Amino acid sequence: MSNQPVRRVLEPVSDTGRNGLDYRELIKVSLDSLLANRLRTFLTMLGIIIGVASVVSLMTLGNGASEAITGQFSALGTNVLTIFNSRPNRGPGQSGNIAPLTMSDYKAIERIKLPIVGPVPQFSANATVAAPAADKSAGILGTTADYAKVQSVTMATGSFFTDANVQGASQVVVLGSSLKTYLFGSGEAVGETVRINSLACRVIGVMASKGGGGFGSVDDQALVPITLAHTRLFAARTSDGNLRVTTISLSVIKAEDIEFTQERIQMTLRDLRKLNGDGSEDDFNIINQASFLSSLSTITTLLTTFLAAIAGISLLVGGIGIMNIMLVSVTERTKEIGLRRAVGAQSRDILLQFMIEAVVLSLLGGFIGVVLGSILPIVLTVTGTFNAPVTLNSVVISLSVSLATGLFFGIWPARNAANLNPIQALRHE
Amino acid sequence: MITIEQMTKVYTMGEIEVHALRGVDLTINSGEFIAIMGPSGSGKSTLMNMIGCLDTPTSGRYALDGIEVASLNDNDLSAVRARKLGFVFQQYMLLPRQSALANVEMPMLYRGIETKERARRAQVALELVGMGNRLDHRPNELSGGQQQRVAIARALAGSPSVILADEPTGALDSTTSEEIMHMLQQLNREQNLTIIIVTHESDIAAYADRIVTIRDGVVTTDRKNEVSHV
Repeated sequence: MSNQPVRRVLEPVSDTGRNGLDYRELIKVSLDSLLANRLRTFLTMLGIIIGVASVVSLMTLGNGASEAITGQFSALGTNVLTIFNSRPNRGPGQSGNIAPLTMSDYKAIERIKLPIVGPVPQFSANATVAAPAADKSAGILGTTADYAKVQSVTMATGSFFTDANVQGASQVVVLGSSLKTYLFGSGEAVGETVRINSLACRVIGVMASKGGGGFGSVDDQALVPITLAHTRLFAARTSDGNLRVTTISLSVIKAEDIEFTQERIQMTLRDLRKLNGDGSEDDFNIINQASFLSSLSTITTLLTTFLAAIAGISLLVGGIGIMNIMLVSVTERTKEIGLRRAVGAQSRDILLQFMIEAVVLSLLGGFIGVVLGSILPIVLTVTGTFNAPVTLNSVVISLSVSLATGLFFGIWPARNAANLNPIQALRHE
Repeated sequence: MITIEQMTKVYTMGEIEVHALRGVDLTINSGEFIAIMGPSGSGKSTLMNMIGCLDTPTSGRYALDGIEVASLNDNDLSAVRARKLGFVFQQYMLLPRQSALANVEMPMLYRGIETKERARRAQVALELVGMGNRLDHRPNELSGGQQQRVAIARALAGSPSVILADEPTGALDSTTSEEIMHMLQQLNREQNLTIIIVTHESDIAAYADRIVTIRDGVVTTDRKNEVSHV
């Protein structure tokens, strides 16, 4: 046995003494076996793909919708304070024998000289508005020229009435966009005459649509100088000779002044209404749109989260799909596991191989899901239908959830594989 | 060098104790070509699992190249298998979607041999078994005999102390069986490989230089094989 022709292979191996696979090799082994069965790999990922795609698209669309809603409300002016004639705990509307809100309240607020735009008195009532072609019972809002500034009115055509119109109680009217369409269709309204409770008024402007609207859309209303409403259109006098108003609104110039302004107005009105002496409750209510807006966004956020949670259920189902297939795969590959164990794989190597397979399945499915789930929001945003930008947040959340799904649902099959007895695994048929 | 002294193995199946090995004494020197024979249920598979470090004995001693195997834990047993043993199975046990080269490289993955060296040794081993021109073939492109050659290359590529072949010709026809046994014999003589085959066929055992017969968990005969095939 001394004259061997080939001794090359038998020279001792200079190995590193390290046991088990390094990560690069582990990933290669795992990818090999995923590629070996492409159709099954794809079908396994499908559950995750659908789950992640629905989480991403629902979160994105939900965010877009809630931003659109709060955006519309902030367009109405978050700096706006509105004073109603009611007790705070009863909500808007006349109630009981309380002193109505009148022009003297308005003048008292005006006299404080606050850093505000307005105040603007508003008197609303219903009346029939008749155009040559159609007539309609509509809300008539008597107000002053400052209304346009406080409520950030933009005109579609024509102009808003002026201070002079208000002082002179001019027979002019500004129509909301929906009301204009009802009365005049697509035709020109400015310059035409409408009759409000039979009083002829000239249309001098049409407001652009504001949409949304917190409290009865202005789009359906006709705006007239408050003096006209008080003197010619409606009976507005109180028993003590004052002129009633429905609300008084104003907008603060700087948002941070809103609390202070609210307090000053409250004090002034309490003084005027002699409520301080006996410590009565306020008989008026000051509403701040910013606080309304924040409760609104709480609701929309809740809705978005709710939608995403429902979509999350399909992600869970996808995870169970992965677990199912991995369990089958472990059974199918029992012999391979036995072989790898026999030639020196540690049980940790087998555990990691199957874990990596599950994680690759879920992460890859997650990526595909993010791409698919982003298509609808991106198309809607690009075409300008709906502004729903895909946020990094939704991508990160859904990818980490799918990673966690892979780890969670992969661990059981992987442990089963790692704990197989090599002898029995080799004999497995 | 294998030293086995008074090795026993008891399996508990439910309430029944099965004494698979009842005190085996066996010494195998390096460079030997030995066949372990015995009918089914004799304990030869259990003995093979013990020699293969796939299981540990209930009592007794097993030293492989000076390593006391009986007291090792699962991870250490894996490490010993990776370095000291090469397995050849009846059903070849090749990974179906991998090339011959990748199959031969696979065991070396588990002991930190670097990529280039792994590929070099795998290629040399495949040349040694006459498969040097089939490196990229997958198992389903190879005949049974060729698959078993690849499996033998896989067993010897890491230069183990012992090659353990369990019914290596059990799935082959007689002509191919002869080729495979001749090759093992040649590897034993020319490469000084220690080869242990486990079989129940006496004409396969006849290729070995020493034949050990086991029955009811003990060695019954242990003789030199004077008339081994050439």
